[in-house]
Amino acid sequence: MNILKQIFQKFLKNIFNKKKHVKLGLYGPPNGGKTTLANKICTDWLGEEMGSVSPIAHETREIHIKEQINIKRNGKELTFNLVDTPGIATKIDYEDFVKKGLKKEDAKKRAKEATKGVIESIRWLDEMDCVIVVLDATEDPYSQVNITIIGNLQAREIPVLLVANKIDLKKADINKIESAFPQYKIVGISAKYGKNMEGFYDALFELVN
Amino acid sequence: MALTLQFIPYSEISELGSARRVKKILDNVKQNKIVLLEGRLKKEEEKDLIAITMEEISEKFQGIELAVINSESKDAALLTRLRLTLMNAILGDRTGLTIIGPASIVKEIKKNPDKIELMTKDEKRRKR
Repeated sequence: MNILKQIFQKFLKNIFNKKKHVKLGLYGPPNGGKTTLANKICTDWLGEEMGSVSPIAHETREIHIKEQINIKRNGKELTFNLVDTPGIATKIDYEDFVKKGLKKEDAKKRAKEATKGVIESIRWLDEMDCVIVVLDATEDPYSQVNITIIGNLQAREIPVLLVANKIDLKKADINKIESAFPQYKIVGISAKYGKNMEGFYDALFELVN
Repeated sequence: MALTLQFIPYSEISELGSARRVKKILDNVKQNKIVLLEGRLKKEEEKDLIAITMEEISEKFQGIELAVINSESKDAALLTRLRLTLMNAILGDRTGLTIIGPASIVKEIKKNPDKIELMTKDEKRRKR
């Protein structure tokens, strides 16, 4: 009888722990708005931001984790650890940072850190329970980086939600993203201005539950 | 300056393990060649190619531009698609074409998705 009780308690503990430690990753190419979205989520539910944002690419060069974010919606509750990752790129040229106004030495340092950040992001793919891929809706969605990230998540059977960010901009085109990835749910938002965050949280509940 | 296109038939990589496939491609790209690979790498290998590229980035090697063109039609009959999936699983993915170029030469590869445009950098920018 004791053994049965222990098994039952372990079972309950496992369910509880699983729900409590869902790792939700934010992935995508650089400057898609991953940290802006992370900041919006954290501001909405924790009252504080998560990381710094910049118009210069590769501002996030390390993995950042915000633990135990609890969101409530329509009587349901969801708790997760949010993992903001550096943008994944296939090329990094320090001269691009120099053009944006950085000193040569700072640009080289940023490029070096950015390459390490990309490697870290890729390593962490296996650790995720669910992933939000943040795409810039003004950019070409057919880039191989997007296809490689999504393909690898699909191969690992990790649930994916695609976010078309920056819909406040005139050039934004969600239809193009929908055509590129017809098998995925896509939510258009502006993380910067908080546009359609309600739709985003609805989709997040669907993704995680 | 003339561009060098290096064609790699799938038979040249079919016997290689993942690490050696990625190395073979990167070795060619680092010699300033644009690689045209018959077929495509596995998803895991594409991811490794990006990670290893990042490890090798230096002032001289700024990374790669990468694009895969699929030749399989979405409108193909279910049986045809099943046959292709099975063949790819057994023999490797020989359908389509993978283009990998050094970022110092290839500025951008645009996929539309039926046509492909490869934009090169001007020579002044390439010489560093």
